[in-house]
Amino acid sequence: MSERLHELDRPNSYIGKSVPRPNAVHLLQGRGRFVDDKVLPRMVHAAFVRSPHAHARIRGVDADEAKTLQGVIAVFTGEDMAAAIAPWSGVLTHLAGMRSPEQPALARDITRWQGEPVVMVVAQSRAIAEDAAALIEVDFDPLPEMCDMEGALDSDAVVIHPELGNNLCWERLVETGEVNAAFSDPANTVVDRTFTFGRHTGVTLEARACIADYDQAEEALTFHYSGQSPHMMQAILAKHLGFEEENVNVIAADVGGSFGIKIHTYGDEIATAAAAKLLRRPVKFAADRFESFVSDIHARDHRVKARLALGQDGRIAALEIDDLTGIGPYSVYPRSSGIEANQVLNLTGAPYDIPAYRGRARVVFQNKNVMCQYRAVGHPIANSVMEGLMDDAARQLAIDPAELRRRNLFADDAYPVTSVTGMKFADLSHHACLGKLLDMMDYEGLKSERDALRKKGIHRGIGIVSMVEVTNPSPMFYGVGGAPISAQDGATVRLDANGAVHVSSSITEQGQGTETILAQIAASAIGVDIAKVKVTTGDTRTTPYGGGTWASRGAGIGGEAMLLASRALKSQILEAAATVLQARPEALDIEAGNIVDTGGTKPRMSLAELGKLVYYRGNELPSDVRPELIATRHFRVTDYPFVFTNGAMASYVEVDIETGMVKLLGHWVVEDCGTVINKKLVDEQIRGGVVQGIGGALYEECLYSENGQLQNATMADYLVPMAGEMPDIEIAHIETPSCTSDLGAKGAGEAGTCGAPGAVMNAVNNALEPLDASVAQHPITPERLLRALSVID
Amino acid sequence: MTAARMPISLRINGEQVETTVQARTNLVDFLRNEQQLTGTHVGCEHGVCGACTVRVDGRIVRGCLMLAIQANGTTVETIEGQSDSGKLEELQAAFHRHNALQCGFCTPGMLLTAQELLDSDKPITREVIRDQISGNYCRCTGYQAIVDAVEEVAIARRGASL
Ligand code: FES
Ligand code: FES
Repeated sequence: MSERLHELDRPNSYIGKSVPRPNAVHLLQGRGRFVDDKVLPRMVHAAFVRSPHAHARIRGVDADEAKTLQGVIAVFTGEDMAAAIAPWSGVLTHLAGMRSPEQPALARDITRWQGEPVVMVVAQSRAIAEDAAALIEVDFDPLPEMCDMEGALDSDAVVIHPELGNNLCWERLVETGEVNAAFSDPANTVVDRTFTFGRHTGVTLEARACIADYDQAEEALTFHYSGQSPHMMQAILAKHLGFEEENVNVIAADVGGSFGIKIHTYGDEIATAAAAKLLRRPVKFAADRFESFVSDIHARDHRVKARLALGQDGRIAALEIDDLTGIGPYSVYPRSSGIEANQVLNLTGAPYDIPAYRGRARVVFQNKNVMCQYRAVGHPIANSVMEGLMDDAARQLAIDPAELRRRNLFADDAYPVTSVTGMKFADLSHHACLGKLLDMMDYEGLKSERDALRKKGIHRGIGIVSMVEVTNPSPMFYGVGGAPISAQDGATVRLDANGAVHVSSSITEQGQGTETILAQIAASAIGVDIAKVKVTTGDTRTTPYGGGTWASRGAGIGGEAMLLASRALKSQILEAAATVLQARPEALDIEAGNIVDTGGTKPRMSLAELGKLVYYRGNELPSDVRPELIATRHFRVTDYPFVFTNGAMASYVEVDIETGMVKLLGHWVVEDCGTVINKKLVDEQIRGGVVQGIGGALYEECLYSENGQLQNATMADYLVPMAGEMPDIEIAHIETPSCTSDLGAKGAGEAGTCGAPGAVMNAVNNALEPLDASVAQHPITPERLLRALSVID
Repeated sequence: MTAARMPISLRINGEQVETTVQARTNLVDFLRNEQQLTGTHVGCEHGVCGACTVRVDGRIVRGCLMLAIQANGTTVETIEGQSDSGKLEELQAAFHRHNALQCGFCTPGMLLTAQELLDSDKPITREVIRDQISGNYCRCTGYQAIVDAVEEVAIARRGASL
């Protein structure tokens, strides 16, 4: 535990306890307040005509018939919306050389992916809006498509944005140490392989939704939004719709899953806000599932050529990777679509002590849906590539995979240390995690079982990975590159007249337990029953300014702000109480909502009494005593660009070599996210993350035809992990608090998704080892597996 | 296209409802948009995610696969009614304890689907539970906590041996 965290082992200490989520109860009763549940007076509904082509010129739009349909309020084309919305461009200045042209809310002149919104219809109901959309004739003139990222930079490739000259969005090269020498040294063993990662997407069960409510009297916009980052959205809406920022209020109540999908700028949502302004009435847009598949950001889509040189002692001598990633026709605003490739460069091999490294990443445009940050951005790629190479090397060198990792992981007492990829690490525990993992899974026992079953023709495999996860980012992630994205968060804490504590925070809740851990921290730091703490999040008008949910930052940054604010309120309370009780503040403490003598338990005065005295009967206080029972604190990470979490993970699978089916038999995770505020919630974040990672490893893929048509844009065709196939997942923790804060919490939300794909791939390949077959393409579908086994061509 | 409305008469959560509905309106849209019963959710409109699960004449159905007019003369129960009646109390408490929900969007459907198994006389194992909810998609939890919660209620009701 962090030495600076002294709120533990006290009567109202909730930190470290698995407190159930108070705000889960209304969801259990069917009383959720999701955006599509809301109805506002005079509200109307939007639907969009989306491009059926991956690349086409728009020659004209005929909406005459649609406009005559009863219940249709308005039809807006790309030109109409261009007059109301300033276009955006998803480039970050710190990703040097990145290019992306201006993107309109609705396509103008040319449409560049199948699913791009082209015409908007607003009507009395969504059903009528859809009917009208079906009557709109758009005259498309199809253009040649550029879909396959492999050919994007060829000299004869169709250039999607001619003004850029080619399809390159961004390229980055890094080189450290004697790479060539290591690979050409005949004493070294070299393994190399090309890994591919298909596109998948978030498939949040609640699709994207928003209601824009325009108030002409105040020149103000209230935007009810199913999303993660209200303040970012506030800045974007203001900037592109011409509002004063303070006149835009963004509200995110219950959000039905987000995972990075709901943190980007979507043309259909911005057009909804513009329509509300133009029509002077509330407009709702709730995407249907098809719209989600073709317009929610996609993720991954990487091809990584990688090689690793090792000495005969199994120590890594050099790593080289070459990543190519296709991001659709635009870099997504405002986070850009370059961050994932950048993470691949930064994180591949990051757990290991590597002397030489060369990496190249190229980010290219293509006529497919846009690609951007989704849970565990870049991590599953970086981790699968490195851990895949480690297992290849272990095979080649005949060293046990766990032992090979032990020989190369940074020592647990090596920190602070900087990786060859330039990442500054502190407070990690790779060896402790790996050791605990092997114990927990009974590694030796499992190996014996696997070997015994192999003799009976049963193909089981074990896969292990070591990993790091970027969490609690400083402004070095986005703010430095000019994006309106806060890396700091704020917390306000106040005492009410009845002794209850109201807290508000700029971090947001999508079910991960944000509000619960905020209440745990406040109750612990102040000394009140957690039931007395009421939490507000997700409203730009009533919460302090901050970043919201992304990059596993809520507990570490927002939690620290809450700790600091709660301590400040406690001091204020003790100071006021000291005046009333004629004691020194240091001689007083708070326990169970009562002022007590330090070290004692006998209540001298309740917080309710204090509150009433201060708020109702101030006449009883000396005239120069003016208690402030409200405190605000903000926190950002300094000294380190990111606070890394580390962990180790293992998967145990059985492969049916006749059907190509992979059965998941077991999954184990040991995670070091520093101070664990609520173990149950952390474990459930990890489990959900693992299952999302398994989805990417085995099932999920946005399948495009050669001409850019998404062919499986329904939940019946796009496979997601369901309960029947998922294993039980065992989880344990190592707790090395982060030195960057008093709370010591690092993030935990993305670790599962980071490590699971590599663990599953390695387990599958371990099972295939006696058959001399191996796979390196995600998802590992039965078809790809059978092809690897040469059962089919 | 906006076809005429047809009369419909049904019992929803114990209350008699006499109204009209368009022939094309499915049951979940009718419940959500016309009866303000927004606890039932829409995830796919395709019959695959289970978010729209409601009970019709005591059996769970997918509200997106049934037209509202097909529910004429039936008894429909939604999460709101089942919750207020107290019938889900044990299961809701177990979900809460096990954190068997994150965003909660799948939860009403999960609860009604699990309730059907618990109320049946089928033997219950973790596999049976997984099988029962295998048509209900949850993006957040990874399912294990849901299985734990349902198993706990099954054990409480049927004794340790299940
Ligand atoms: S909405 Fe009915 S099953 Fe998905
Ligand atoms: S809790 Fe979010 S979909 Fe199940």
